[in-house]
Formats: sequence, C-alpha cells, structure tokens
Amino acid sequence: MNGAVEPGSQGGPGPAPEWAGEEPLVFELGGDLGRGPREVEAGVPPRPLAELLPGVVLRIDPPAIPAVPEPVLARHLGRLARRNHNLHQGIYPLGSCTMKYNPAVDEELARLAGFADLHPYQDAGDVQGALQLMWELERLLCEITGMARISLQPAAGAHGEWTGLRMIQAYHVVHSDTHRTRVLIPDSAHGTNPASAALAGLEVVTIQSNPDGTVDVADVARHLDSSVAAIMMTNPNTLGVFEKDILEIARIAHEAGALVYYDGANLNALVGLARPGDMGFDVVHLNLHKTFSTPHGGGGPGSGPVGVAEALTAFLPLPTVERDGGRFLLDHDRPLSIGKVRSYYGNFGMLVRAYAYIRTYGSSISAVAENAVLNARYLQSRLRGIFPMAVSSDSMHEFVATTRGSRVAGLRAIDVAKRLLDYGVYAPTAYFPTTVPEALMFEPTETESRRSLDLLADVCAAIVAEAESDLDHVRSAPHETPVSRVDEVEAARRPVLRWRPAE
Amino acid sequence: MAYLPNGADDRRQMLEAIGAASVEELFTSVPERLLRPVMDLPEPLAEQELVSELERLAARNHPLGTLDSFLGAGVYRRYIPAIVRAAVARPEFYTAYTPYQAEASQGTLQTIFEFQSMICELTGLDVANASLYDGATAAAEGVLMAVAQTGRDRVVAAADLHPETLAVIRTYLGGRGVEVVTTHDVSSTLGAGDACAVVALPGFLGTVDEIAPVAQAARAVGAISICCADPIACSLLTPPGDLGFDITVGDGQPLGIAPSFGGPHLGFMAVRQELMRRMPGRLVGLTHDHDGRRAYALTLQAREQHIRREKATSNICTNHALTALAATVYMARMGGAGMRRVAEISVQRAHALAARLTEVDGIELAEPDRPYLWEFALRVPGDAGDFATAMRHQGIVAGLPLGRFDPERRDQLLVCCTETTTPAALERYVEASSRAARPVTVSA
Repeated sequence: MNGAVEPGSQGGPGPAPEWAGEEPLVFELGGDLGRGPREVEAGVPPRPLAELLPGVVLRIDPPAIPAVPEPVLARHLGRLARRNHNLHQGIYPLGSCTMKYNPAVDEELARLAGFADLHPYQDAGDVQGALQLMWELERLLCEITGMARISLQPAAGAHGEWTGLRMIQAYHVVHSDTHRTRVLIPDSAHGTNPASAALAGLEVVTIQSNPDGTVDVADVARHLDSSVAAIMMTNPNTLGVFEKDILEIARIAHEAGALVYYDGANLNALVGLARPGDMGFDVVHLNLHKTFSTPHGGGGPGSGPVGVAEALTAFLPLPTVERDGGRFLLDHDRPLSIGKVRSYYGNFGMLVRAYAYIRTYGSSISAVAENAVLNARYLQSRLRGIFPMAVSSDSMHEFVATTRGSRVAGLRAIDVAKRLLDYGVYAPTAYFPTTVPEALMFEPTETESRRSLDLLADVCAAIVAEAESDLDHVRSAPHETPVSRVDEVEAARRPVLRWRPAE
Repeated sequence: MAYLPNGADDRRQMLEAIGAASVEELFTSVPERLLRPVMDLPEPLAEQELVSELERLAARNHPLGTLDSFLGAGVYRRYIPAIVRAAVARPEFYTAYTPYQAEASQGTLQTIFEFQSMICELTGLDVANASLYDGATAAAEGVLMAVAQTGRDRVVAAADLHPETLAVIRTYLGGRGVEVVTTHDVSSTLGAGDACAVVALPGFLGTVDEIAPVAQAARAVGAISICCADPIACSLLTPPGDLGFDITVGDGQPLGIAPSFGGPHLGFMAVRQELMRRMPGRLVGLTHDHDGRRAYALTLQAREQHIRREKATSNICTNHALTALAATVYMARMGGAGMRRVAEISVQRAHALAARLTEVDGIELAEPDRPYLWEFALRVPGDAGDFATAMRHQGIVAGLPLGRFDPERRDQLLVCCTETTTPAALERYVEASSRAARPVTVSA
C-alpha cells in the first residue's frame, strides 16, 4: 500500500518552477501611485477642499499604496492562492481545529443581498428576517447545548471565553461574593483559557491531569475554596478523552460556590448526543467555525457564541434579540448586563452560515458527532502501528499520537509534520497539548471519506519507513512545497513586519 | 446525509477495523443518563428547501441597495470592486487555517504581510498586526496595551468616540480596576496618573477636530496616545502617526467589506516600533527558507496565548484574516490615490447635501462651526425619529436618530454620504425632507 503514495502525487504543490518562485509583493507589481481606477464623478458642484474643511490639515501625498491594474492583481492573487494548502485540495487533520468541509451553499446564502447589504442601525422593521434568523439560531443552539440563553455576539472562541468569565464575575458580584478572584484550569487546556481569565482580571490556578489525561478530581477538590470563581473544563479534553468525572467535578464545584465553565469550542464529539447543560455547566462557549462549519478564512472571522444557565441570563451582553408576538427586536435595556463586548450584534455573516448548517442536519445532527468519532477512531486504529498513542483511554473525535518511542529514534513531531506537507497533506497539530512530548494531534472530522483517511495513514507509514532508511531527508522536509523549511528564528530575531521602498 | 461521505459498507468496515460492534460502542465513556437527550430540532432540509427557507428570511429584510440610504455612523456602504468578492470566495483562502505551517501557507502569509504594510502606510505608523475583530475591540486592546505599558489606572477618552467603542472599552476594563473618564477637552484633562488618551478621527458626528495637541499632551505626561481612525479618512487627512499618535486603531469595514448587519468587519491596529512587543494578535514577518528564498512566517509568537498562556499580551487567537484579505485586495485595486478620490467624492456630496438641506425651513446643522467629512448631525423640527419614519415612508433611510445615544440630541439625525449615495438620491432627500419636516412643524 505504501508504494501507492509519493510526495507531490496527491495534487499537492509539486515542483513547478514557473510558479514556485518568489511572488512579488503588491508594492512591486508596478501599479500606479498617482492615480487610482476610474471613479464616478461627484455629480455635485465641486468646491475646494480648503473651503469645505477649514483648518483641517490634509495629507500631502496619498498613502503610498499602488493601484494595481485588475489583470495584474488577479494573477497575483491566483499565484498566491496556489501557495496555500486548503480544504479543496487535501485533508487538514489539525487536532482541536475541526477543519471540516464548508458547504458551498452556505457561502452563497451568506452573500444574499438580504443579509449582506443590511446596516446594523436600520430600523427593526427593515431587518425582521435578520433578527428572526438570530432569534431562531439562539434557540437551536440552546437545544443543542441545553443552556437557557445564548449570546451570538462574541467574534471568536477566546472572545466568548472572556465574555463568559465576565458574566461569571458579574454573577458573583450580584451575590455579594466579591472575593472570588481565581479560576481553576487544567494543565491540558488551550492557552486561550488562562489568557482569557487574565484578560478578565482573574488569577489562574493550574490543575494537574491524571496519567490517563483526565482531570484529577482530588486536585480540583484541594483547590476549591471561597476564592474560586469558576473552573474551566474542556470535554472531551484536548486529548480527545471524555472527562469521566465531569458530573462529580460540577457537583463539588457548585458545592463550593464556584461556577463551572465549559470550553465547547469544539463540540464535534458530542453535538446532538450529549449537552453541557445536562452535565451541570453554567456557561459554555461554542466556535461556530469549528463544529458548525463556518469557514476558518486563514484565521477568521469566526464566531464564538456563549450560552448560560438560567441564573446568569440577566448578565448577557447587550443587546439581546427578543420576540414580541410576531415581531423581533433588540433589547438594550438590561440593567444587569455586563455591557457591550463588541460593536453591533455579532459576526452576522457567520451566523447565517451556521444557521444554514444546523437546518441542513436538523434533528439528525447527532450524525455529525457519530461520524466524527468513527472517523477519528478509524484513523487512530490505522496509525497505532506507526506512532505510539499519548494515552491508552478511548478517544473520541480527536486523538494525540507522539513520535517519542516510535520505531525511529530521533524522529520528531516537527519532522513528520513538515514531511506530510510534501504529500499534499496538512500537518496535524504539533506540540499540543503541551503535556505530551512530541505530540501530533489528529482530528479528521466527519467530512473526510474513508479513502482520505487511508491515504493519510499510508502517508504516515511511508514517512516512518523513509525515516528508518534516510532520517536526514525527513528532517530536512519539506522538499516539494513552494518554499522549503522556513527560518522562523530569523523572522523573530530580526523582525521585518512591513514592506518599505528600497532606499 | 449532505456532507457525510462514508456509506453503510464503509462504516461497517471501519467499525471492524476499530474492533467495535456499533457506533454506540464508541460513546460508552459518556454516562448513560447524558446520552441522546430529547431535543426539539426541526426536520433536516434538502439543499433546495434550505435555499427557499433562507431566501424567505432574506426577503423579510430591506437591504440598503433597494433604498436611498444615508446611514453611516461607523458602517459605510462603499462600492466594493468585484475582484474583492472574487478573491475572498476562493477556497484556497477561505477554507485555509491560521498559517501555522508556513511552507504550505505562503499565500495567506504574504497577503497578511501586504495588509500590515498597507495599514502602516495608511496610518503613518511603524508596525501593524494581522487584524483584530472590529474597531471597538481594537480600541479596547489598544487601551489595554497602554495600561500594561504605563502601569497606570485611568483612561481619558474623548466624548465623541463612537458610543459602541466607548461601551466596549468600559466592558474590557471592567474587573481590572481601571477608570474611564470622558471629556470634551482631552488635552487639559490628562494628568500624570493617566495611562492613555483616546480620540477619534473623525468623531462620531463626522467632525474633524485638531487632535495633534492631544498626542503632545499625552507625551508630556508619559501617557500613550491612541487614535480611532476611519481608514478612508486616513487617505485624505494627515495620518495619526504623523500627528504624533502612538497607536492607531480602527474598523476596516469601509475597505471593501459588506455591512452585513454589523459583522464580520475588521479591526486594525498600528503602533510605534517601541510598542511592537506589547501588541496583541498575529504578526507576519519576512524571512527566508533554507534555500535562501524570500518566505513569510508568523512571528514574535512569544506574545501570544498559545505560548504564554495567562502571561500573553491578549487572549486573541482567531482574528479576521479573510476580511483583512478583502481589505488588502480593495486597497491594492484602489491604490492610495483611488481611496483618496473616494474620500473626496464623499466629502463633496455630503457638503452639497448639507448646503441644500439647510435651505429647508426648520432644518439646520447641529454643529455648524466644526469641520466635517462625509457625515454631519442635522437638526430637524421635532423628533428626529419621527422625521426618519416619515422619510422612510418615501423610501429613504435618512440617517441615524441620535436620541438613542444622547437624549439632548433627540432632534438630531446623523446623515452620511459616500460614493454610493448618488446625486439623484441627494435630490430625493432634499425634496422628501421638506415634506417630512413640514407636518412635524405644524403639530409642534
């Protein structure tokens, strides 16, 4: 089987000197600095700017951004596009990132003028369809999470985390419990959890994991006292393992007066099958760009709705979307709200896509989780002979392998990651979670076919076999990508963060 | 199912390979009582049904393109060249992830580097990041940088910041023990205990005040100066960096991004070199590959949450790369000169409209002595909400009634013109306003 795969044979960026060379920057394309494209006429009697803007100091020259002729710009973008791995080219098995297929129809729907060409300050009577969509999406997500209300506003998962923690702080303040300033966070958690806690002004206490990767209940119990505002949990955790003591942890946390926060950024293992609300969680955030298939866009825009139990609904950010009979409206009059967390009402374009995605599956949405877990477990079974696994427990939608202890001493996670790129396969998440040395975290998602999973497994086997005979070739990968291994040390040591004209 | 490629045979064989008898067996780690809750979810939809359903919802809205719209107030309907939409609709860009593996992500990395460079040109500052969520959160991140840099605990903000920006700054500082004061005179309010001064260019009411003295006053007391700027305005006015500001933030929505009911838009931030390592968010740097070719990579990641956890400069992770791409393509297509031309057309039209409107009985400018760009506060007879309703009956979205943000401005409307508000629409506005203004005058 291994003979079937070769670097560059999978539609990946093979060596093609015509386009693999450097692509000039926009500034180097010979655009016109003095004149932009043809514009409409103002169509009103022109008056001198000095008269219209008395006392205002104008820029002497326009910004030195060239106006690039459209044919030249189109080719520039086309050439840059070919230098990107993407989901239409090959699998993107990044653990914890949930790189699933983004439905073509969802893209079309979000661009309908009836959604894209709306101003946030239009009168409610002119945007009833948009408000209805948001109102319905909130209800759908409440059903899926088991929470009482959800704010669709946060622009990303980390933004949702911080919004959730601000609501937890508000809850404690209202209950005159103002000395709760600490948050318990497992050592395997995403870096955003402690960073969001710090942004909210909370102190982070790290909780140890058991050898099987789950949270140590005894360590949680040891730290639970009247200074703890909340515990943040990820379930399944970042090793892809369901937290077996989740109900007990929620119980003892509540008993100690703390709230429990669910990092539901990635709900792909459980969507439609189990709900954070039923597990006793008070706050949960979701990443629509993971579970609900809105595109990642090369790093956003995402959307990170945050849901709360009944006791916290008064603190939701402003405004909420409400229904009054047959009319939908925005409610800005909520005295206990934590306030505004961003401008306007959320990344509405992403909400349209997620709404479309959920309506497509509807009551059969558990098929997403079932197939995501089936795919991940199948891939794991194919990789078992190739890489050791980080833990022996059954994983769910993602799993963590390691190169430590593989057949080839000296084979590192980064080497496997970079060599995969030569096969038109993106690398799994490397070196996360940080609790596992030389970690390779795989998450195939439900939208990969068995054939695609087999290919990934075959490529991994081929790489390990190659490393046995020629480790140096693997360690110097990638060889077939538009650029070879990029010198990140140079980038950090002498930061060049912008183009400047040659002196 | 629509997006699930494996059929029954595949699934059976996959279960065999795993050694499980059924899919249910894969979920035995989940406590029984949590599994398969009863949920009230609608029936699945075929693609055709889905499209009908969403088209029906979309049809309940009245998009700006079907109206004469004079709404601005932070979100602008500017003309978006077709190539901008064509670029962001390419799966090579929209389906890609954050470019961690540089060798397979040079396309995204180079466009971000171009974006950073253009934002620096526009703002007159040294370093720009890869993007933030929106203008309001970018301002809040700027304020947090200033608080961290100075170790001080008071922020002085201009009273004419966008109300949403001011509200978001307050929420971000809540729980941090930092006070926010607003004033009409930032320079003389600033003192030695202040972390930063925050002003807007233009102000929420479209006005352009002299803000260079604020940057000087901030420097004199060791505070950071922050300017919240409109990017199109930066192509016409002396940029904040040249006026002495340390940080410029703003919303990039006017740069080729659809209004989209308020999001997704684009936050941008540019700073002086000395503040580079305090910046939140991604930064792309120029470097080389091992064969000496020019290459790009995410850099200075020691500032970020995935490395530093609670010690990171911010919690931001996902930013707005795709809308930053839209802005990059917009700026490359228009050039600095094209953007400036768009600004000039907007200024000309707004001033022409204002001149005509003030000839209508009972209508006047609310801030007649302050220079403004393409937005102005208009005083109308009676309640501005009633005026707007009367105008809307004639197919015109006349502007934003300001009473919601300031009860003293109940009789005022914020009116905006851009290159998409046609001269014919201006005529219709003038004509309709004399009718809309009349009945209110009578009843008052």
